[in-house]
Amino acid sequence: MLSEKDLQRIEELKKRYPNPQPIVLEALWMWQEEHGWISAEGMKYVADRLGISYHHVYGVVTFYTMFNRKPVGKHKIEVCTNISCMLRNSDKIVKHIEDSLNIKVGETTPDKRFTLVEAECLGSCGTAPMMQVGDEYYENLDEAKLNNILGALK
Amino acid sequence: MTMEPLLLPNIPDYHKIDVYQSRGGYEMLRKALGMKPEEVTDEVKKSNLRGRGGACFPTGLKWTFMPKQTDKPKYLCVNGDESEPGTFKDRQIFELNPHLMIEGTIIAAYAMGVKTSYLYVRGEYNKWIKMVQKAVDDAYANGFIGENILGSGFNTNLYLHRGAGAYICGEESALMNSLEGDRGYPRVKPPFPAHFGLWGCPTTINNVETIANVPLIIKMGWEEYSKIGAPKHPGLILVGVSGHVNKPGVYEMPTGVQLTDIIYNYAGGVPGNKKIKAVIPGGSSTMILRGEDIEGVAMDAESLKNAGSAVGTAGLIVMDEDTNLIKVITRVTKFYYHESCGQCTPCREGTGWMFKLLKRFENYEARMEDIDLLLDVANNIEGNTICALGDAAAWPVQSMIKRFRDEFEKRTLNRAAAMSPPIAAS
Repeated sequence: MLSEKDLQRIEELKKRYPNPQPIVLEALWMWQEEHGWISAEGMKYVADRLGISYHHVYGVVTFYTMFNRKPVGKHKIEVCTNISCMLRNSDKIVKHIEDSLNIKVGETTPDKRFTLVEAECLGSCGTAPMMQVGDEYYENLDEAKLNNILGALK
Repeated sequence: MTMEPLLLPNIPDYHKIDVYQSRGGYEMLRKALGMKPEEVTDEVKKSNLRGRGGACFPTGLKWTFMPKQTDKPKYLCVNGDESEPGTFKDRQIFELNPHLMIEGTIIAAYAMGVKTSYLYVRGEYNKWIKMVQKAVDDAYANGFIGENILGSGFNTNLYLHRGAGAYICGEESALMNSLEGDRGYPRVKPPFPAHFGLWGCPTTINNVETIANVPLIIKMGWEEYSKIGAPKHPGLILVGVSGHVNKPGVYEMPTGVQLTDIIYNYAGGVPGNKKIKAVIPGGSSTMILRGEDIEGVAMDAESLKNAGSAVGTAGLIVMDEDTNLIKVITRVTKFYYHESCGQCTPCREGTGWMFKLLKRFENYEARMEDIDLLLDVANNIEGNTICALGDAAAWPVQSMIKRFRDEFEKRTLNRAAAMSPPIAAS
């Protein structure tokens, strides 16, 4: 289910496009914001709301990497390991988080607080190494900074 | 040549509409609305502004491809998908100077007779989407977007559209499919977007930085603008410097600045005064250059083409003498493997094969003939796909083998030495 506010927003967005299909990403964002991940139920709901097929929504969800197709921790930590971050030792950042949280890349802590993933370039190459948690960018990382950030996120 | 920054001016709170207006902001829109639409296009065309999204296509020429007489609505997409590794410039515009981009969008919409523009921004930039949305709301509230703009009778709307994580959506036809609510698959061209774009209607797609240059052209006039920087690729350019430099960041400069000047003066040189082993001049898709070959090479389309690379998105990545280039190219190739949309077999399969072969080199497990095998795979991707992602995956590999073959050869030695007779001898 989406909130009344989200449903109103969808109605407003419909005025921006010749048909409702372009709203699919935004509606999926709303669902993910609300539920943390996108279940089959979510895809069915979005499809019905926009009058498009379930298989179309499924195709969209599976194409874009930011949609979680299974539950993730409260904080999804995405560490960029692409070229500019790699040159500035993102390997060490990943290792430090793995050791601190006692999980490997792709895993979630047993208390469901953190999920750790590697990300492709997040457009923060001048402040590498970096990571994204939610909407927030954490830049020019080092181990001391990481300890503070992880501490604050707990 | 240094000049006052105009794309990212050093003025506090410039992202706020009142500060922007107090410095002459939205006056270029007023000026443009006083001209005929075709005069605006002509101005941009004569300025020789070339796209800043990677392909360096002449912007004014692109605008002239839009049909003048048509029953269909026309659209403008501003491409803020910014996902090319090593590129982080558009984000600066979103944060520090969103109104320049908005003003440019409305001027471009006026020139092409567009009633609806979409700014497509990558999903990861949600924080910046909110900043830009605020700027757009303020521009609406002040009558710079919407109905009867500045009393001219011209109506146009600008909407933000958030992506959801896919490098390929920066490719213009994939962007349109994504905007239509589909998977971001690139389209076969022709038909080109100017005739068959969004929902089959005439559409132009311009990069954020390209659009941000438009008001500057209107302000100073094409003659003055075209005198900035390199004659065949003039204007202001945002160069993102990353990797092994003391002061990484985005620097605004005229085109045509020497790469060595950018690295040693703008970006403060290499930490520990180490030698430069390699440079990628324009984002990960552009061809890698040897450190000793960048002397005399400048950040403009002509100079970099002559040097055997490209301007791309002007994301300059510097690698010092201790860099493991095999690790670099393996990581870059993994990226293209991950981001290939999967429509075209050469790209879908080839990027994976290249990644597997490169893993052999990374682990000292490669045979000497794997170098040519890798090159063969790359050569069979290039030019054989719907969009440029295949080329973008092939070029770094091809250029790495061409310019750093010794790095690959070194990676076969251990295995070759352990073999009897050594494979390397054949």
